[in-house]
Amino acid sequence: MAVMAMAAALRGPGGRFRWRTQATAGGVRGSARGAAGRQDYNLLVIGGGSGGLACAKEAAQLGMKVAVVDYVEPSPRGTRWGLGGTCVNVGCIPKKLIHQAALLGGMIRDAPHYGWDVAQPVLHDWRKMAEAVQNYVKSLNWGHRVQLQDRKVKYFNIKASFVNEHTICGVTKGGKETLLSAEHIVIATGGRPRYPTHIEGALEYGITSDDIFWLKESPGKTLVVGASYVALECAGFLTGLGLDTTVMMRSIPLRGFDQQMSSLVTAYMASQGTRFLKHCTPSRVQKLPDGQLQVTWEDLTSGKENMGTFSTVLWAIGRIPETRSLNLENAGINTNPNSQKILVDAQEATSVPHIYAIGDVAEGRPELTPTAIMAGKLLARRLYGQSLDVMDYSNVPTTVFTPLEYGCVGLSEEEAMARHGEEHVEVYHAYYKPLEFTVAERDASQCYIKMVCLRKPPQLVLGLHFLGPNAGEVTQGFALGIKCGASYEQVMRTVGIHPTCAEEVAKLRISKRSGLDPTVTGC
Amino acid sequence: MDNEDGRRRRGRGGASGGQANLWPVRSVGGVHGSPFPGPVLAPPPASRSLSRSGQAGSDTEALAQPPPPPPPRAQTSPGPVKVGTAPNRRLGSVRGVLVSSPPGRRARLSSPGTGRSSSEAREELRRRLLGLIEGNRVMIFSKSYCPHCTRVKELFSSLGVQCNILELDQVDDGANVQEMLSEITNQRTVPNIFVNKVHMGGCDRTFQAHQSGLLQKLLQEDSTYDYDLIVIGGGSGGLACAQEAAILGKKVMVLDFVVPSPQGTSWGLGGTCVNVGCVPKKLMHQAALLGQALNDSRKFGWEYGQQVKHNWETMTEAIQNHISSLNWGHRLSLREKSVDYVNSYGEFVEHHRIKATNRKGQETSYTAAKFVIATGERPRYLGIQGDKEYCITSDDLFSLPYCPGKTLVVGASYVALECAGVLTGLGLDVTVMVRSVLLRGFDQEMAERVGSYMEQHGVKFLRKFIPVMVQQLEKGSPGKLKVVAKSTEGPETIEGVYNTVLLAIGRDSCTRKMGLDKIGVKINKKTGKIPVNDVEQTNVPYVYAVGDILEGKLELTPVAIQAGKLLARRLFGGCLEKCDYINVPTTVFTPLEYGCCGLSEEKAIEVYKKENLEVYHTFFWPLEWTVAGRDNNTCYAKIICNKFDNYRVIGFHVLGPNAGEVTQGFAAAMKCGLTKQLLDDTIGIHPTCGEVFTTLEITKSSGLDITQKGC
Repeated sequence: MAVMAMAAALRGPGGRFRWRTQATAGGVRGSARGAAGRQDYNLLVIGGGSGGLACAKEAAQLGMKVAVVDYVEPSPRGTRWGLGGTCVNVGCIPKKLIHQAALLGGMIRDAPHYGWDVAQPVLHDWRKMAEAVQNYVKSLNWGHRVQLQDRKVKYFNIKASFVNEHTICGVTKGGKETLLSAEHIVIATGGRPRYPTHIEGALEYGITSDDIFWLKESPGKTLVVGASYVALECAGFLTGLGLDTTVMMRSIPLRGFDQQMSSLVTAYMASQGTRFLKHCTPSRVQKLPDGQLQVTWEDLTSGKENMGTFSTVLWAIGRIPETRSLNLENAGINTNPNSQKILVDAQEATSVPHIYAIGDVAEGRPELTPTAIMAGKLLARRLYGQSLDVMDYSNVPTTVFTPLEYGCVGLSEEEAMARHGEEHVEVYHAYYKPLEFTVAERDASQCYIKMVCLRKPPQLVLGLHFLGPNAGEVTQGFALGIKCGASYEQVMRTVGIHPTCAEEVAKLRISKRSGLDPTVTGC
Repeated sequence: MDNEDGRRRRGRGGASGGQANLWPVRSVGGVHGSPFPGPVLAPPPASRSLSRSGQAGSDTEALAQPPPPPPPRAQTSPGPVKVGTAPNRRLGSVRGVLVSSPPGRRARLSSPGTGRSSSEAREELRRRLLGLIEGNRVMIFSKSYCPHCTRVKELFSSLGVQCNILELDQVDDGANVQEMLSEITNQRTVPNIFVNKVHMGGCDRTFQAHQSGLLQKLLQEDSTYDYDLIVIGGGSGGLACAQEAAILGKKVMVLDFVVPSPQGTSWGLGGTCVNVGCVPKKLMHQAALLGQALNDSRKFGWEYGQQVKHNWETMTEAIQNHISSLNWGHRLSLREKSVDYVNSYGEFVEHHRIKATNRKGQETSYTAAKFVIATGERPRYLGIQGDKEYCITSDDLFSLPYCPGKTLVVGASYVALECAGVLTGLGLDVTVMVRSVLLRGFDQEMAERVGSYMEQHGVKFLRKFIPVMVQQLEKGSPGKLKVVAKSTEGPETIEGVYNTVLLAIGRDSCTRKMGLDKIGVKINKKTGKIPVNDVEQTNVPYVYAVGDILEGKLELTPVAIQAGKLLARRLFGGCLEKCDYINVPTTVFTPLEYGCCGLSEEKAIEVYKKENLEVYHTFFWPLEWTVAGRDNNTCYAKIICNKFDNYRVIGFHVLGPNAGEVTQGFAAAMKCGLTKQLLDDTIGIHPTCGEVFTTLEITKSSGLDITQKGC
């Protein structure tokens, strides 16, 4: 019933837009709907993910006539999903929920130490979890549609490609074509997981993060190929849910992140039972008669070939931007031939001035939901809100939700050294033991914090790296501090909140240069 | 000895390296043997020789405590010598000038917001310099490039004497220091040298004194006190102060003695936080959260037997084991830093002297140049029939050998609510009896939200009642108690039967039975708290206080630690930094945690007026709660901004899971002048609770709906 009611509402009379337009501030009115003139819309957003939706909603609120086109090409396994893009459907949201499921497994193990009598055996039902997670994601899909409707944004579930620089052609699932034109066009199509198509059997038998969250049945014994944060996060929660999980990586984990932190992340995972095949690269995937997958790989160190059998092979070797089917050349939009990402300037404009690109599809941008959202909002405000604010892509905080979470903001130690020179950088660090770990008898060998500062007083903070429980929550506030230009001294002068893990950040006294022991002393 | 020296220097280096506004006082030369030969019991003439007669300070002196009894210190100067004018630098005849702090400075309470006059700043500088002169066996005011200074340093080095050096060209206020030194000693030049508080003069005079043997004599004359510092109270603040002082090379003693609670509970070294506060509280809170996690886990696909019971004894044993390891760790840490730890009750008996009484009643007496009182507080009793006999407090709860069963918690302090939350979370039947408001002093909107969440999750509240009698119905573990309570608003009385009654109505300072009256340390008669100035100094100049016993300061472990450390650095390390009691973050670990930093809304309105403020707020729904089917529109975020100060954030409040972890970083940001614009410009970390603060849009004044619809 509700679906039908909304569908009707979405088709609602166009006249409602006019009322909205008149309600907006004078300066904007002239360019608003009426003046969309020859074009159907003031703004057309291609891609209904975090960035696209944020941009569309903001523009609509500023009185523009806006359309969003979104279409999810099914994965090679046939997985598809609703409105909201990667984050909502196959990214942050289901990832963090399943991460939480895995953390709860840890808490069930902790509980007896705290006096709870939990009857053994403790089992995990993937099916039940997946259903709960998927239901929640579907409710978000619905929510996004309602929000678009509330703000009078027209939504088309069509696959778009450029006809010319003001027009796109959309094709529905049934093959029906629609032409839409707009003054401004924002490309926010994001990216999709990359398949190693050169590997025999990769496409036929492997899955990606596009599929894992939508599996109805447990993936069973899993080989995760890759060392990106997606790979480590997936391997982490699979291990946490009790599955036999192996990560195969060719070179280093978490490229681009601080490498000391990255190695601690994998060390913790290994201590929790995730297997690691380092310096290995898969060469073949074959399906055995019993349905199991036989993977052949090469050990790059020894040069030997090895084989193993898995129920599931998950590729997490990177993502490619969704630009190939857009016919960008019809509008004259330039891309980076290597990455296939769209080249943009500081205003997010492409080589065609009235066409913009935001989010994961834009060259050189962090592939993060909140950056896409903010970039989208700011873009709409610049276009229609008389704002001049451009997006500041520096000091973007992020958190990797591996079993031991890793939160960071600012520069890695390597990057700081490269930019400022080793002699100008001071790194303060400490291992710590979360209070809750003590009674639970958990190993805290990898709970570690590092603050990278300029050496010269007042020792400006360049980067903060936190490995431990609730790293995302801990990092957020400090990200603000860094934004405010916090110095080491100011952070140290902040009084701690006792007993928390975050207070350890305000107690970092030992510099790496001093050579003093940063491990927890006594208790 | 070598090791010790190394450690000391490292400590200093660390302090000066990280703190830009410290004075980098460094030490050179070897460490001489123990400077404290045997117990010389008489205090030295700390103030006697220093009275600056005829100077402006006389009215302060008139108000000050009577000076300590004149000391039979050997070989001291024959009488008062004016330091201010100090014409008398003839080392031969008068034997130099004793310099110490002016006696009896009145305690000056810091009044936030009012600027300090330049005379105050000068006075402070003078005091700081006198502290350096007093606190160091050899103090050299020097300039790093001055060849005369180098000669003097080399002389002391060749004598194997450790000296503290302040390079005036390497500190920001070097010129002021030089000015002040000239005022104190009538010598403007560097080096300016003091040996055992005696003003030597410059380079030539020091070499003369060395030749005449006077220097050696002065160097032999050591402090007549047993200790440089005695800290009374081995809690967070006391231990931090003691250890920092020891790192700075001082001889330090800590006295700690836990008077058993009326129920007979006592504990080891470490004070309230470690034994009967933060640590066991947070661990029990975690136990309760795990109970919630167990409920959630089934929604996330975990399957196990339906019957989950909680075993109180298992939990308390595990927690107590952890606490024992912390007690042990503290003792070890004191030993490593060569701090003497005495498990005795300390009482002042005369100036600079304390009597320590151990468990067996044996008394020992110790003297020290300086004292720090850090005795903390203990739970208050109601003073009604049966309270001390039958009720327990937070002193007893965390090591209670049996499950408390059906419990009445009396009080609405954070201790009361935290304990009630924990017990409820462990499955017990809990009632909280509240006289008036919840969490007095905290933001009342937040406090009510904390309370209403607890109420929705099984805690019963009896508002506007106070107990008048507790009567034992049955003995046992737990037994049965009858509680009679009367309404605060009328004649109505009610009765209830509980297994346990936990009193959490407040805490009283442990300051009344330690002989403070003997040496004239003022306390607030009503509260027992000790008023101090902005450098934690009491009205008796050599007596300082940190932690919960301070009047008008915060009762928080990290604050006490910070205050203790900084106090030690100021006293012995030439550091200037004061403890900043503004924008201290804290978190109440109720079932739904409440973190805050800065002002409550009420306080902000009182200080800044409502029309000058903008309050942004929203509900939020933690992602983890969605699938778990937990309450929407319960977690709440609020910031209070000053419109006329660039929308600076002056109050930060969050109610939700991991509130402590969330709040900490924002507190750091508030230290750096956080504004609403900066919040808006900062990118969130998705999906977290903390990110909600980067997208706050709705103002309270707009009256717009903040409930989260659907998802």
